[in-house]
Amino acid sequence: MAFISTGYDPSKPMEGRITDIGPRHFEEFYPPVIKKNKGQWAYHEICEAGILMHKAKGGDEVYTVRCGGARLISVTLLREVCDIADKYCGGYVRWTTRNNVEFMVDTLAKAKELKADLNSRKFAGGSFKFPVGGTGAGITNIVHTQGWVHCHTPATDASGTVKVAMDELFEHFTKMDLPAPVRVSMACCLNMCGAVHCSDIAILGYHRKPPIIDNKVLDNICEIPLAVAACPTGAIRPTKTEHEGKTVNTVAIKQDRCMFCGNCYTMCPALPLSDKEGDGLVIMAGGKISNRISRPKFSKVVVAFIPNEPPRWPTLAKVLRQIVTAYAAEANKYERLGDWAERIGWERFFEKTGLEFTSHLIDDFRDPAYYTWRQTTQFKW
Amino acid sequence: MAKHATPLLDQLQSGPWPSFVSDIKEEAERRHKNEKNVEYQVPVDVCDDLLGILELSYKDGTTHWKHGGIVGVFGYGGGVIGRYCDQPQMFPGVAHFHTVRVAQPSGMYYTSEYLRQLCDLWEMRGSGLTNMHGATGDIVLLGTTTPQLEEIFYELTHNMNTDLGGSGSNLRTPAACLGESRCEWACYDAQELCHQMTNEYQDELHRPAFPYKFKFKFDGCPNGCVASIARSDMSFIGTWRDEIRIDQEAVAAYVGGEIQPNGGAHAGKDWGAFDIEKEVIDLCPTECMWMEDGKLKINDRECTRCMHCLNVMPRALRIGNDRGLSILVGAKAPILDGAQMGSLLVPFIKVEEPYDEIKEIIEGIWEWWMEEGKNRERLGELIKRQGLAKAIAAVGLTPVPQHVMEPRHNPYIFWKEEDVEGGWDRDIADYRKHHQR
Repeated sequence: MAFISTGYDPSKPMEGRITDIGPRHFEEFYPPVIKKNKGQWAYHEICEAGILMHKAKGGDEVYTVRCGGARLISVTLLREVCDIADKYCGGYVRWTTRNNVEFMVDTLAKAKELKADLNSRKFAGGSFKFPVGGTGAGITNIVHTQGWVHCHTPATDASGTVKVAMDELFEHFTKMDLPAPVRVSMACCLNMCGAVHCSDIAILGYHRKPPIIDNKVLDNICEIPLAVAACPTGAIRPTKTEHEGKTVNTVAIKQDRCMFCGNCYTMCPALPLSDKEGDGLVIMAGGKISNRISRPKFSKVVVAFIPNEPPRWPTLAKVLRQIVTAYAAEANKYERLGDWAERIGWERFFEKTGLEFTSHLIDDFRDPAYYTWRQTTQFKW
Repeated sequence: MAKHATPLLDQLQSGPWPSFVSDIKEEAERRHKNEKNVEYQVPVDVCDDLLGILELSYKDGTTHWKHGGIVGVFGYGGGVIGRYCDQPQMFPGVAHFHTVRVAQPSGMYYTSEYLRQLCDLWEMRGSGLTNMHGATGDIVLLGTTTPQLEEIFYELTHNMNTDLGGSGSNLRTPAACLGESRCEWACYDAQELCHQMTNEYQDELHRPAFPYKFKFKFDGCPNGCVASIARSDMSFIGTWRDEIRIDQEAVAAYVGGEIQPNGGAHAGKDWGAFDIEKEVIDLCPTECMWMEDGKLKINDRECTRCMHCLNVMPRALRIGNDRGLSILVGAKAPILDGAQMGSLLVPFIKVEEPYDEIKEIIEGIWEWWMEEGKNRERLGELIKRQGLAKAIAAVGLTPVPQHVMEPRHNPYIFWKEEDVEGGWDRDIADYRKHHQR
């Protein structure tokens, strides 16, 4: 494995250096029909699950075939996407904000042929490579984070839980049979790189054990004041302790004040939290981002804890199924999951979904908590 | 033959949804075969060892990636995430496994030619594994070693005319929906504004100078496909000020059942015949619609542009012509003080080149945040700490009722001395002349 230089000379880093050029201009990548009709689209329709048709004012039509896929994708699979784009779409392709791939063609017949082709491609392991769907009132691809594949703070895996969730909910990816879109998101710790806090259903990794203090190295690898300041509940204070016969500077943690956010670990690598029994999942539900009918809203915690059960997380799959089944059966057309829960009342939500209400679900974190308690005599039996 | 047995991960190969395990396993095999004689610059068994370490996590329920590591390219303070595994003896192929964030083209359109260039680069100088795309929007190249970073950057900038994305306490890679390129509801060119602001603020993106991270996201309309209202410190959402344009013939066609409501989004279940009263008029949050002599009427003055009627009848109803955007500020995930949604800062602003008015708002907010924000304090947290009125003042706007859902619940107003007649400087002796002790 000989080192091959691109031409970069480490002794003269500024020589010929190009910086601050930003991304490529998107117009270079527009398919001709998009370039021609930009800003001139009249309307769209969904011809069938996974196929969209956009009609331009001048009469042009573009048919988009949408397919799901893992966010984690190899260059070989990416090249297969390129081959498909070359064969059907003049070499153009795009991604959606939810990790779907979209291929654009000019007739419905071509779109259907492409859909059949995409649905025929499978991994040797048996799963689809490019399942077509993810449109309309159904469940589209899950946005998620890195998890055990690449992150230092996760409380669970992201790719694995997403695979389990999409396997369980797959029928709703390929059929538009729900009252409204159900957006599922996954974040593997409270940092929420995936910002799942406004999703119809959120799968969130969560720790439940306070950090372990690595007294041996803490003072060498951490700024103690930063670690202290990082704690939102003031649970961390500087202290000294005996370690291997020496007095060392370190921190002390008031464990009953810890809400396991991991912010201290972000600031100080000598405070790891992860633990096989402690870590697991929180399920949140009823959030949304769109302003349609009702305001955007936060997801609410509906299951305080599900243990990590790799590789197939059966309890997670069961809970997702319970929520989606109750929603599908009971909600009105156009009604998002959170709007449904608010209309029937959250007391009914727990009844309909069969989820257990526990004391963990009553908010006790600062001001917003009060606004979630019931300041009325109106409730349902 | 796989380098590591992965009995747990192998169970994620079954089921319909695309299996990342199958993909990585096949990639691992192809790297070993190396039919194209690629001169790999990172260990050939990088994918095997990634599977190996992931299997270990599946077994012991914890991550095996170490905390951080400051690596990057010369002159930039972001774009590369250093990553090292905590079992390098067992998994040397991923001992160093850094992430490179690459600036995606706004709207995420590509040509196969560009993607193939990226694949060639990443097969040779990295693991061959990517994220399309990361949660913020970047193309994420997953797993390389420190000596490759400058080489990758050189290749990206010299041969692909592409830069790195953001990380750390700087402007993160901005993202947009596909906007006018393929959507009838886009109220402004979200892709173009995103691209222009990305390029305008390259210095803020590459060289951390902020208290903490800062995200821009650009949604073409209030449907919010890029989730800006929940996920960006500064959220740009298209809107309009005039009337929804109505095509009464098309309304009649929807009522008559000739056109599927909501573009056919509910076709997977029989919801019965379309009922405009039940499905549109009764669901309007401001009750500003009605039918009169077979025609749909809208009292546009009362409309809050929720998009429901347009979504249900895209062929009959169209966004207004006097378009622009609303700016909301302060959205973030729960770390630390709880989640925040964006709060309305600028009700309406036109989107016109060279975007000076928008830049003034951005820079006014940054100036205030950089002056007042504490280390690792997101904009939303500063707004909570000092109040929305300070943010409005920071960009020189006049407060209007549109800024709030309702007025304050308490009279604890922080009056300023100059706002109170006669000022605050008073003499106790004067007071006592009229008030015995």
